Amino acid sequence: MSFSVTEPSRGTKWFAGLLVVGYAIITLIPLLWIVATGFKSPTDSIAYPPIVVFEPTLEGYVNLFTDRTRATPEMLEAAGPPTTWYEEITRNRGTVISGPSRYGERFLNSVIIGFGSTALTMILGTAAAYAFSRFRVPLKDDLLFFILSTRMMPPIAVAIPIFLMFRNLGLNDTHLGMILLYTAVNLSLSVWLLKGFIDEIPIEYEEAALIDGYTRFQAFYKVVLPQAATGIASTAIFCLIFAWNEYAFAVLLTSGTAQTAPPFIPTIIGTSGKDWPAVAAGATIFLVPVMVFTVLLRKHLLRGITFGAVRK
Amino acid sequence: MDSPIDRAAIKTPDGIARRIRGLSDRTIAWIFVAPTIFLLLAVNIFPLIWTIRLSFTDFRVNRPNNAIEWVGLRNYERILTDPDIWATMQATAHFLIWTLVLQVLIGFTLAFLINMKFKGNDLWTTIIVFPMMLSPAVVGNFWTFLYQPQIGLFNYAVAFVTGADPASFSMIGDVNLAPWAIVIADTWMWTPFVMLICLAGLRSIPDSIYEAAECDRASKWRQFWTITLPLALPFLMLAVLFRGIENFKMFDLVVQLTGGGPGNTTTLTSIDLKREAFEKWRTGYSSAYAVILFVTVFGLASIYVKALNKVKER
Amino acid sequence: MKLKLMMTAAAGALIAGGLSTAATAEDLTLCWAAWDPANALIELSKDFEAQSGNTMHFEFVPWPNFADRMLNELNSGGKLCDLLIGDSQWIGGAAENGQYLKLNDFFDANGISMADFIPATVTGYAEWPKNTPNYYALPAFGDVVGWTYRKDWFERPELQAEFKAKYGRDLGVPATLEELKDIAQFFQGRDIDGTTVYGAAIYTERGSEGITMGVTNALYNYGFLYENPEKPYDMQGFVNSPGAAAGLEFYKALYDTATPPGSSNWYMGENIDAYRSGQVAMQMNFAFIWPGVEADANVGGGKSGYFPNPAGPAGQFAQLGGQGISVVANTEHQAAALDYIKWFAQPDVQAKWWSLGGYSALRAVVEDPGFATSQPYAQTFLDSMAIVKDFWAEPAYADLLLPMQERIHNYVIAGEGTAQEALDGIVSDWTEVFEDEGKL
Repeated sequence: MSFSVTEPSRGTKWFAGLLVVGYAIITLIPLLWIVATGFKSPTDSIAYPPIVVFEPTLEGYVNLFTDRTRATPEMLEAAGPPTTWYEEITRNRGTVISGPSRYGERFLNSVIIGFGSTALTMILGTAAAYAFSRFRVPLKDDLLFFILSTRMMPPIAVAIPIFLMFRNLGLNDTHLGMILLYTAVNLSLSVWLLKGFIDEIPIEYEEAALIDGYTRFQAFYKVVLPQAATGIASTAIFCLIFAWNEYAFAVLLTSGTAQTAPPFIPTIIGTSGKDWPAVAAGATIFLVPVMVFTVLLRKHLLRGITFGAVRK
Repeated sequence: MDSPIDRAAIKTPDGIARRIRGLSDRTIAWIFVAPTIFLLLAVNIFPLIWTIRLSFTDFRVNRPNNAIEWVGLRNYERILTDPDIWATMQATAHFLIWTLVLQVLIGFTLAFLINMKFKGNDLWTTIIVFPMMLSPAVVGNFWTFLYQPQIGLFNYAVAFVTGADPASFSMIGDVNLAPWAIVIADTWMWTPFVMLICLAGLRSIPDSIYEAAECDRASKWRQFWTITLPLALPFLMLAVLFRGIENFKMFDLVVQLTGGGPGNTTTLTSIDLKREAFEKWRTGYSSAYAVILFVTVFGLASIYVKALNKVKER
Repeated sequence: MKLKLMMTAAAGALIAGGLSTAATAEDLTLCWAAWDPANALIELSKDFEAQSGNTMHFEFVPWPNFADRMLNELNSGGKLCDLLIGDSQWIGGAAENGQYLKLNDFFDANGISMADFIPATVTGYAEWPKNTPNYYALPAFGDVVGWTYRKDWFERPELQAEFKAKYGRDLGVPATLEELKDIAQFFQGRDIDGTTVYGAAIYTERGSEGITMGVTNALYNYGFLYENPEKPYDMQGFVNSPGAAAGLEFYKALYDTATPPGSSNWYMGENIDAYRSGQVAMQMNFAFIWPGVEADANVGGGKSGYFPNPAGPAGQFAQLGGQGISVVANTEHQAAALDYIKWFAQPDVQAKWWSLGGYSALRAVVEDPGFATSQPYAQTFLDSMAIVKDFWAEPAYADLLLPMQERIHNYVIAGEGTAQEALDGIVSDWTEVFEDEGKL
């Protein structure tokens, strides 16, 4: 290792590492508590005082995915002995499974709306960002500021007219409506981010391609797009995180068909009282896709978060 | 090769040919920009104009049969003279200021430490970022559980450290503590975001500047104040801008955590607005409220962006 | 008139067709709150599906959003629900705005008589205007606020002795609200088997209807009235009478001295959690939770007892909960939806409903000699249903609820102002609402 004047000493590094790891552990505790609660029984989850050591069970996950009815002795008799492991868990609570819960649907809605709007945002956003980056669009600066300013409106404030508009257009509680809405909200951020990334790609590449006989379109998708791929990926993370976790619009504009998981998870209730293990299980499962996505793309996270302000 | 365009292209000079064979740059520009602008107009601007229009009426969504009357500026007058709304503004300001202060302090410190590039700093950065991947509504919901004096982890953790009785205080039940309860939960969730931006800022400072300072025998302390902080400042301000806008709009986390209570101590403007618009269904009135909020955040943000640009130019 | 004829014809066609010969299999969606009884209804409805060939779908919305979502659905003319088990207080709005189908002709044609149901549930869930024979729902689920208590703790000899020494009477089911407060204070902060327990879990929730559904149990019994019995919408001196203020002060005293710390935003679910985890000696809650309490591993199986809301100086009342089942006027499956109600009203279906944990409102079920002893809480349910009162069921119900929630919560939980000021404020808010409505 070569000596560098700016490199901190080993002791300093060790101390810095200790502080950061300490913070990370403290900050992880609530998260771990959520995950752990998912594996507790309903009784253990509300133990008074709280318990750290417990016998893990999948009851929370079973409860998350099923609707259950408290069974009368006759019903239990009629149903016969449990045939699956999850039926056995519910039987031990004196309940029988009456059907699947809505969580699966809500999760699927989140996937459709989250990934659908992210994809649409990327398509529209990349095109617009390219145009803003390369062409002389009239009123460019005003348009760009206008695009950004749409992000400043509190969702509740725009929700009133959007609610009215969607109602008139029949878009209330539809996947399409939510995809369009999240796309519009995300476009502001992504146009800005992507413009930063495309600005960085040397214009000479395209000029060379144009001279080689490429059309503008070809130059765009054969030269610019591959170059901007990492930028697009990091922008996509932020769009996905937003659309995946959005609550205010979802709770106001969706109900039966297109409701996503965030408004649903906090309201999961069990056969009596709040079913905290099921809530925790729902939250845990819901976290996984975004977490995987983020961990995979973590190298680009930093650039995305700063509006592309960090140059390579 | 026989399309009219191609035939025309053969006879025209190179530059023009490109324009015809493809589309003109101007056309492409519009094709590329138009869908975005259209969508934003339809989903953001049209509703905004509609909101402004509604704000001068007494329209109520749940009374579709009532005639709509123009009431001029009455809605605005009622809002701006309503002491309750000033109370929610104060609650919002408290939340906004303290979350920003805490998140910037902790976030910058963390970024500064991580930037020492100790072994495994990448891994720990990723771990620290996890809370912001969660849905704010789910976070708010779960923190009600953590804050329960009898069964919640938070009170027991505090009790463990301070030796107090866990049931001796209630974060979301006490009018004095509840405003801090939401600050703590939001800080837990969003400090990583500020940290990431600060980290980006610190990494953007070239080593050569520090090396030059070392040659001048500037102390580390001096280097921090004359190099690190000024150069990272635009990033810090960017972080404040983003979190400021987001927390001014704050709804999901707090509504799940406290529901605005106890009393109105954590009723932020968005929560209040939601009650007016979607519970009382006072559409006209709440439209005026929404316009006032939008103007406020837009105005504050514009002034701030100007300041940010000045700092950047320095 | 034409419409009425058509409806009669439709109803007539139904009788002729009967249940088993419904023309085609249809998909019906029933909307209700997401809670225990709803799960039982899924189970119960399997019989209907088997008999009619129709398929039932269920849309259950959690309580905190139930009113928002469903009223929104009705107001926007949505087609999500064919059948709606809507909260009792919505009936005025839904009836006046034509969102629920009027069921009188259907009842007459099918021999369903409202006299067969518990009178309080008919008034509470089915009638609009109240006390007139205009029916927009069939009582589906009887519910009322009552109290659950830890019988096993109450029966401990050392606690009984200590209580007797302190209050000069036996530790048992309280006869009055004052006695209830004494007991709650007696348990508050007490060490039982190594953990600190508290007096009572009561409703304090701010966001939907929680604290209103709780505080009314004190207000009614101390003399609160919604309006002058002689003159509708005349509220001054009734809503904010000295008795009502005393009732509100009682509720605050109970909250301040005898509830678990941090119970500032609690409703049904939180109260159940506190009770099940052994934090409290008593809980205020709707009767729907009692089957769950009996079945609970910690507090069930005889460890818990039940009693109706105790009397106050001005009488003994309890807050009505529960719902009727209505046909949404917009439905495209009206005949099948009516079929469902007809099926649901049958005595044997109602009896099964009770056995599954659904509180039937059919007198044939609850007046059965075996009913009172069929479950430990059955008698308490009957006694409670005899003393019910409900919140406003006006079309402006939501507008009336919001100021009550806010003012009561701000006084009781946040300690702002006085009880009298809170009630005076409610009078002025409600007056404004009724003026807007053109009723004042």
